[in-house]
Amino acid sequence: MLLEVNHLKTEFQLKHGTVKAVDDISFSLNKGEILAIVGESGSGKSVTSLSVMGLVQEPGEVTGGEILFKGEDLLKKNKSEMQAIRGDQISMIFQEPMTSLNPVYRIKDQIMESIMTHMKLSKKEAWERAVHMLDIVGIPSPAERAKDYPHQMSGGMRQRVMTAMALSCRPELLIADEPTTALDVTIQAQILDLLYHMREKFNMAVLLITHDLGVVSEAADRVIVMYCGKIVEEADVRTLFEETMHPYTLGLLRSIPRLEDESEEPLYMIKGMVPNPLKMPTGCAFSDRCDKCMDRCRREMPELIERNGHKVRCFLYENEPEEAEKHE
Amino acid sequence: MSEVLVEVKNLAKYFNLESDFFGRPTSVLKAVDDVSFSIHKGEAFGLVGESGCGKTTIGKMLVNLYTPTRGEIVFEGTDLTKLSEEKRRGFCKDIQLIFQDPYASLNPRMTVGDIIAEPIKINKLLPSNEIEKRVTYLLNCVGLANHQRNRYPHEFSGGQRQRVGIARALAVQPKLIVCDEPVSALDVSIQAQVLNLLDELKEEFGLTYLFIAHGLNVVKHISDRVGVMYLGKLVEIAPKKELYSNPLHPYTQALLSAIPFIGPTKSKQRIILTGDVPSPINPPEGCRFCSRCFKKTDACDGYIPELREVSPGHFVSCRLYDET
Repeated sequence: MLLEVNHLKTEFQLKHGTVKAVDDISFSLNKGEILAIVGESGSGKSVTSLSVMGLVQEPGEVTGGEILFKGEDLLKKNKSEMQAIRGDQISMIFQEPMTSLNPVYRIKDQIMESIMTHMKLSKKEAWERAVHMLDIVGIPSPAERAKDYPHQMSGGMRQRVMTAMALSCRPELLIADEPTTALDVTIQAQILDLLYHMREKFNMAVLLITHDLGVVSEAADRVIVMYCGKIVEEADVRTLFEETMHPYTLGLLRSIPRLEDESEEPLYMIKGMVPNPLKMPTGCAFSDRCDKCMDRCRREMPELIERNGHKVRCFLYENEPEEAEKHE
Repeated sequence: MSEVLVEVKNLAKYFNLESDFFGRPTSVLKAVDDVSFSIHKGEAFGLVGESGCGKTTIGKMLVNLYTPTRGEIVFEGTDLTKLSEEKRRGFCKDIQLIFQDPYASLNPRMTVGDIIAEPIKINKLLPSNEIEKRVTYLLNCVGLANHQRNRYPHEFSGGQRQRVGIARALAVQPKLIVCDEPVSALDVSIQAQVLNLLDELKEEFGLTYLFIAHGLNVVKHISDRVGVMYLGKLVEIAPKKELYSNPLHPYTQALLSAIPFIGPTKSKQRIILTGDVPSPINPPEGCRFCSRCFKKTDACDGYIPELREVSPGHFVSCRLYDET
């Protein structure tokens, strides 16, 4: 077990009330595993990743739970201890490769900075390592391109540079927050391929944050579906797509236009929209939009129940397993 | 097939980035280069391609936000590029635009009711006492409630704002709507709602769409025919079913195979293109896809492919299909 998150809560204190962006979530990640967290905007998936990195900004605050990385609670670390871990054992790739690279420094300086900070190498060794990393992520003539500034590179190149930087200290955990969202499909395929190979090569674990179920099915081993700060479903990727349980996940899957779909029918729609985080419904957060909503759903929040490693937060699956199967 | 609503002939848009001392351009960005296609009445024509391929530039030329460098836009028999500025503006009412970013395309200081009423007032379509009724009707059409008309854009979610943008485009009863990535800024569950709305409105008002998007699955859902663009050129045009089941151009094949399959199996063989899209500044003559093409042969060097009809309605611009 590399990462274990227990009962994590991250809240934002706003003028009008408290937003529970991450509301009591627990999950774990093994060495060499790719775990995807999917959800729409406001589901808390990005805040989860920022919480693990210790990068939650004011007015946000981690208010409870523990984040065990190799058995040690990251929430108990002070600033400098966290700094030593970030970029070294845990590193992160962000969605926007343009805004997360410093525009006034050359690529090589940015990669070498993190190498020299964490690995205590000389400038010459750091340079060699930086060029080597750029080579690994597939940048042609890396020694030349290393002297470029970020604006001289295309979006896909920048994302490769980000990846090279994140991998330069051989992290055991890589957090990739929407790594391909800003990229074109052909470049997305390249980057996903790269992540997959890097995982094989370095046996690192990846926490992949995305809204795209296509990316999930391409890259992930296991999937967590989040809705309004809570985990609503968790399963390995095959099970999730073959035996989808939660009505929200089902709705998401059905509302995506499919390439293989030849029918002219209108798309399935999840009605309504994500509730205002300040005015969460009592009971299940999805109840207002759910096709299978029962009276009970509006009164109580269902627990996350587990059956054969497949977790789901829905009353439909609480009692008899036989009945649950009928909803497939 | 029904009659042609708009026909684009050899359309080009160049941006001169740098000029020498005498004002002669030295660095030219060829955003759209010699593109021809036509859209029939009541049809949804999809335009796909990656960033920088010029799909949005085409849309902007149709709605008169850019002046074409060359070529014709024939709308119901009139060549819009030959008209005076004043006469050209008269056609703006017939061709409307729905923008990608519903956060940036609505004036934050106007109420939603005013935003929708504005184009009606500008075009003097209705006497002022009837405008209110019309706005109510439009709000209903796009699934918003009448009491929301006095609210400001920030009070709406992304999907609702996109509905306001759609209502604004419908306000002047256009014949053609250019939808520029109308759902790519929206969440999956909201995307489906907006796509279905666009479909319904098309039936109801007999609209014609030029649907610009980078998501091939979205384009497939909404379009009747699809054109694929690469670096300022149209490389393939075909009816939807034909294009997706029998893509001919290597770029279309790669694009289709790059889309992640949603489901439990990962069996699909992907064609992974190497490298990036080359810069559209001073692009090479000949086939623009050459530098990334996995089917390139020596014969491709310097060969200038033309868009040719290889089977009824299926056009492709590739040397591989020119030999027969």
